[in-house]
Amino acid sequence: MKSSNFDPITQDLFEKQLKIAMVFVLVIFGVIFLRLWFLQIVNGSFYRAKSENNRIRLQSMPSFRGVIRDRSGKILVDNRPSYDLCVIPEEIHDAGTLLNRLAALGDFDMTSMRTKIRQAASGYPFKPVCLKKDISREELAMLETRRFDLPGVMITVRPQRTYFYGALAGHLLGYLGEISEKQLKSGAFPDTRSGDLIGKTGIERKWQKSLKGGRGGEQVEVDAAGRRIKVISRSPPISGADVCLTVDRELQMLAEKALEGKHGAVVAMDPRNGQILALASSPSFDPNLFITGFDEKTWKNMVSSGDHPLNNRALTGQYPPGSIFKIVVALAGLQEGVITPDETLFCNGQYSLGRGKYRCWKRWGHGKVNLNRALVESCDIYFYHLGMRLGVDRIARYARQLGLGQKTGLDLGNEKAGLIPTTEWKKKRWGVPWQGGETVSTAIGQSFVLVTPLQIATFASAVFNGGHVYRPQLTQWVRKPGGENIFEFKPQLIRDVGIKPEYLELVKKALAGAVNNSHGTGTKAKLPDITVAGKTGTAQVVNLKKEKDAKAKGEIPWKYRDHAWFVAVAPADAPRITVSVLIEHGGHGGSASAPIAKKLIEAYLRVPVDS
Amino acid sequence: MLDRRLIQNFDWVLLLLLLLLAGISILNLYSATYAIREVGGSRIFMKQFYWFLIGFGVCLVMITFNYYYLERLAYPAYFLTVALLMIVLVAGKVMSGSQRWLTLGPLVFQPSELAKISMVLVLAKFFSDRGDVVEYRLRDLWQPFILILIPCALILKEPDLGTALFVGVVSFSMILLVKVNRKSILIFVGVCVLAAPVIWFGMKDYQQRRILTFLQPDTEPLGAGYHINQSKIAIGSGQFWGKGYLKGTQTRLHFLPEQHTDFAFSVFAEEWGLAGVTVLLLLYLFLVLWGLYIAKGSKDRFGAILAAGIVGIVFWQVVINVGMVTGLLPVVGIPLLLFSYGGSSLISTMAAMGLLMNISMRRFMFQ
Repeated sequence: MKSSNFDPITQDLFEKQLKIAMVFVLVIFGVIFLRLWFLQIVNGSFYRAKSENNRIRLQSMPSFRGVIRDRSGKILVDNRPSYDLCVIPEEIHDAGTLLNRLAALGDFDMTSMRTKIRQAASGYPFKPVCLKKDISREELAMLETRRFDLPGVMITVRPQRTYFYGALAGHLLGYLGEISEKQLKSGAFPDTRSGDLIGKTGIERKWQKSLKGGRGGEQVEVDAAGRRIKVISRSPPISGADVCLTVDRELQMLAEKALEGKHGAVVAMDPRNGQILALASSPSFDPNLFITGFDEKTWKNMVSSGDHPLNNRALTGQYPPGSIFKIVVALAGLQEGVITPDETLFCNGQYSLGRGKYRCWKRWGHGKVNLNRALVESCDIYFYHLGMRLGVDRIARYARQLGLGQKTGLDLGNEKAGLIPTTEWKKKRWGVPWQGGETVSTAIGQSFVLVTPLQIATFASAVFNGGHVYRPQLTQWVRKPGGENIFEFKPQLIRDVGIKPEYLELVKKALAGAVNNSHGTGTKAKLPDITVAGKTGTAQVVNLKKEKDAKAKGEIPWKYRDHAWFVAVAPADAPRITVSVLIEHGGHGGSASAPIAKKLIEAYLRVPVDS
Repeated sequence: MLDRRLIQNFDWVLLLLLLLLAGISILNLYSATYAIREVGGSRIFMKQFYWFLIGFGVCLVMITFNYYYLERLAYPAYFLTVALLMIVLVAGKVMSGSQRWLTLGPLVFQPSELAKISMVLVLAKFFSDRGDVVEYRLRDLWQPFILILIPCALILKEPDLGTALFVGVVSFSMILLVKVNRKSILIFVGVCVLAAPVIWFGMKDYQQRRILTFLQPDTEPLGAGYHINQSKIAIGSGQFWGKGYLKGTQTRLHFLPEQHTDFAFSVFAEEWGLAGVTVLLLLYLFLVLWGLYIAKGSKDRFGAILAAGIVGIVFWQVVINVGMVTGLLPVVGIPLLLFSYGGSSLISTMAAMGLLMNISMRRFMFQ
């Protein structure tokens, strides 16, 4: 003890040292305090923001796309829950065992699952990783009952667009696809992000904005492992607006059934307002496949085969109208006064112009023919004469007036205009003057004339509704989830054709005769209790000589056969439905297409579908 | 031994400081382990509470005898520590790559904790024996250097860079306190600068990486720099008033690593802000200044140097730990004394505090 007692000198010295130490301590604590001041006050808000960033994730919630219904409210397109098989990497005890157990439960692609699990292990441990999208009901049931054996497995649900009747009305409904880079940049798709599905064609495209609804979102608090702790705030997604079509499901089904195995199109329309009742094109496709994915063969067939199933032939198929065009020529002749209803012309089966010879389809001729008979029996010679009297430009004027050779305005994408030739057009397009013989073939709807099945439907409707050309429409209403209508159907009159009603009556009577008169060309569309009016048409694919040569060798090859047209309106005196049918390479319109029209009319008028 | 005078001289200030720190520590540990309370978190918090009770018991034991007897025990304690440090290298428990723990029945403890206090003790003894020296020169210091070097090297071998450096820093500050000739200091610093590259290449990979990430924490935001960054976010986001008790998101959502041990201070800073942290730092500052005051008041040389050494332990732990979690110093794994979770550290700290109290109580006594 004595030895360690301070002597005064060293004690003074030691106290001095302690004072230095105290100053040192104060300085160091000052530095620490300044550091904390710097972190918490100077940069406090910066670090506060960083801590918020750390914990808050934004998660988007998909909206439910609007439902699409037929005219009587039956659902055609809806969203169904799609079950995805996911895993939470952190909760998997043993990947090998899990994979083995999954393999026993269903037909899963084990190699891809294995890679996905392996990749997931390096990501966020609590972020679910999808192993298989849209598992089947059976797989779902199996997985749910074995949940205890499958640690880490999780089933998530999301809405998936589903087309209840598969390919039914595929062209008209359209399909969904991922938004393209270009579309995103165009700004035409607000509130849409990369990877979103948008309507690419058909109704899905036309009403994309309304069907889409509003994206919802959640602010979720997550921990450092990415595990969801709680929802901080949420704005629920807004369901899209529902679309009700003018299309009748039964009629659409019938039309598609009639087209089965054929190439062609059927359009049924209400002549009084332009509402489309059915719009079918064959071959068709199933829009569901654009969501679930194609197998290679189906896809190849879709894009590269000559069948072009993606084309909607009702709007994009352009064909010569054949004898249907005679209606135009007849109306033009009457209105222009170049012929009277009673004037008869003689048909001996042949018509000569210069050195050219033009035949009637009836080899030995019809004899004396007036306008009514010419239409009923579809005499070519009568219309050669009438066409020559009118000249091509006058014919063209009436054709266009009646809605041919131009887009009908049905907003379904890609509609083709067809073609109504004039002398001016010929000069411009080909650089050579119009030939008289071309007028002759134009008069029976050949030469350069091209129309679409949809145009034929609007045109025939105009003839029967008193001369009103309506814009065809597909939508009855579009309604927001709250019940507010965004859109309501109103007939849109494009023009009145300006032909005297009595002339229209004459033609209507003749067309009723074409179906109901025993000499008529369209008798196959005749119904016992309903007066159907109609006109056949046969569009030549190759010239007569080639056809003849082919015939000499036996049966004409399919691709050389004529396209078969039929357009019908019923009931003739108070029309409620127009049906336009085109069968590619179907041969004669009277035999191939008329029965289809008849079936549709029968189904539609026998059952009072209309309000 | 405990006569009336002792009770009269009992250091209530020191006891109050310790109780306050213990209270805040337990309060904070409850929050740090709140998010994991269902998986053993509440056990951690309760355990620390019991450790504190034991700690205060140890503290009381430490004041019952006159610290004078420790002079005789200084060297034996030192050699026992060295022996234990050697045993731990052979028979120690290996945890996460280093061999730091010794198992004695149900007890698991770190001999390196013991090293801190026996180092202080042995140096206090060494310098008090040479009471007549006014200014030490380098050549007078070869013995203390060896005394320091042996345990430091053994701890470094475990490997535990943090504790080895800590023991070194505390020891050197004691040497500086007893006054070293200025020329000697300059020579020593020069030697250290020259030796730095040698030490650098002798370090383990992870040790080198820690120093590198300290220098540039943003280069490895998900690797070693992650800890520093998340700690800075936690502290900074507390701003002035803090996020509120149990409301620290960095803590609750596990962004903050080691929250109940090395980064307990960050938890506190996040939830209580600069306001709370200032109070906490003032408590530590008072503790340190009070310790120096005790050293100054000690009537004998051994007690004075011992008290100063204990103050050194307190001071440097606070500085290194807070410096580390605020990004001023590299992450070396030094807990904050009386605040971080950990039994061994708490018991040895409380023992040291008991000694300090012992010296404080006996400063007016002449025997």
